[in-house]
Amino acid sequence: MSEQRQIITNRVAFLETKIPSYAAVLGIVCLLVVWEIICRLEIVPPLFLPAPTAILLAGWDMIASGELYKDLIASLYRIGVGYAIGAALGVLVGLILGFSRWTDAIASPIVYSIYPIPKIALLPLIILWMGIGEMPKVAIIALGVFFPVVINTFSGVKNVDPMLIKAAVTFGSNHLNVIRKVILPASLPMIFAGLKLSAGTSLLLLVSAEMVAAQEGIGAMVLHYGNLMITTKLMVGVLILSLLGLTFNRVLQWLERKLIPWK
Amino acid sequence: MRIVVENVDKTFVDSKKREVTALTNINFSIEKEEFVVLVGPSGCGKSTLLNIVGGLMSPTSGTVYFEGTNGKKPSLGIVFQEIALFPWRSVYENVIFGLEEAGASKQEQQEKGKQYIEMVGLSGFENAYPKQLSGGMRQRAGIARALAIEPDLLLMDEPFSALDAQTRTIMQEELLTIWNRTKLSTLYVTHNIQEAVYLADRVIVLSRHPGQIKSIIQIDMPKIGRDQEQYRAQFEQYADQIWQLIRHDAQEASREG
Repeated sequence: MSEQRQIITNRVAFLETKIPSYAAVLGIVCLLVVWEIICRLEIVPPLFLPAPTAILLAGWDMIASGELYKDLIASLYRIGVGYAIGAALGVLVGLILGFSRWTDAIASPIVYSIYPIPKIALLPLIILWMGIGEMPKVAIIALGVFFPVVINTFSGVKNVDPMLIKAAVTFGSNHLNVIRKVILPASLPMIFAGLKLSAGTSLLLLVSAEMVAAQEGIGAMVLHYGNLMITTKLMVGVLILSLLGLTFNRVLQWLERKLIPWK
Repeated sequence: MRIVVENVDKTFVDSKKREVTALTNINFSIEKEEFVVLVGPSGCGKSTLLNIVGGLMSPTSGTVYFEGTNGKKPSLGIVFQEIALFPWRSVYENVIFGLEEAGASKQEQQEKGKQYIEMVGLSGFENAYPKQLSGGMRQRAGIARALAIEPDLLLMDEPFSALDAQTRTIMQEELLTIWNRTKLSTLYVTHNIQEAVYLADRVIVLSRHPGQIKSIIQIDMPKIGRDQEQYRAQFEQYADQIWQLIRHDAQEASREG
């Protein structure tokens, strides 16, 4: 019988394959090397696609001259203030809409009909209202962040386990405490989904608004060097935007882990 | 303080707009320091009744009231079948939730929190989140949360039905020990007859369609040690008496799925 034995092996081992940590860097490094080689061999003219090393050198020059700093600060200010306002209002309105059936019935149709409008289409109108200062850019970002956050917060609130609300009420919570101690923490995962979604939107709106109407900022800088056909400096702007997006996501992830330790 | 349930009826309107009578003509009381168990087949409305007593549902007619409150606002502690711990709160924070909402001082919260966590045997797990606990331990925390407010009425809705058989037996024993120390007026819902006979001072047997009280049975055995040899015959007698009362209904219920 022993020669007929069949050992049973784990046939789903591929689900648990271990990946070495350098794998994450591998793809990016390969891409950069191929890109550099293409540029060095002059397969593509440097005007159309500058080499990574050229972009880095240009970036270094712009940092040294303080030019980049000025644009970055202007952009960070707009996105920071706009995002904060949009997110705070979004969470607040989402909680209210979700908690009260009256506000839900009255305000939800309004929210859902404004939500699909690409917010950048409202920029001319907002400039008309607020002038051409910082206000309309901040406002357009806040508006773009507000809606996804509201809708996610709202569905987070609607999905709170009613047992938990009953439990809180039994142990003496009033309405305010039910919102503060049950509905808000229970909806945090959904709120964060909304915050992450709108992080991308806010970056998009920042660049668009700066391209339409701004003297300073990464978006204005990219457009400016595009017009001058200085593509290395243009690419520095693009690189900064990519880093900005990455950092933004990292910060949100970190915050999520801090605020939702029970998951 | 005693709790009186008087002429309670509950009708629902189902999805086909038909009226369904869940409970009719429910009359009973829970005396001070009495452990009352509601037992009945599934669909007899026992959880509905518990929800009405707990103030989580309104009866169609009839009333539930505390008698002899002497101006004090009576408090309720509920242990839920689904346990319903707050996942974002640690064991300690869950246990003191009711005290927090009642406006107890930080010191009182700490003292009672510690005392009741110890009583349910969760010392050392104060900082764990519910997700990190086993089912039995979660329900211990749920019980501690209800006990911590030292309620005038403790309601328990099939608290051990989600636990495995071994854990359930242990929890029943421990519940009796805890009850013996706190002597809270308790209304306990279960479909398990052995559990009812093991825990109750009085068993209220409900029947279905419509849910009404079929019989109220006084259990004349000492509260502690009913599982001992000398009470076995008496225990079996009570269990059998209850089973005969609900057998027909239970068979019907199982056919309906």
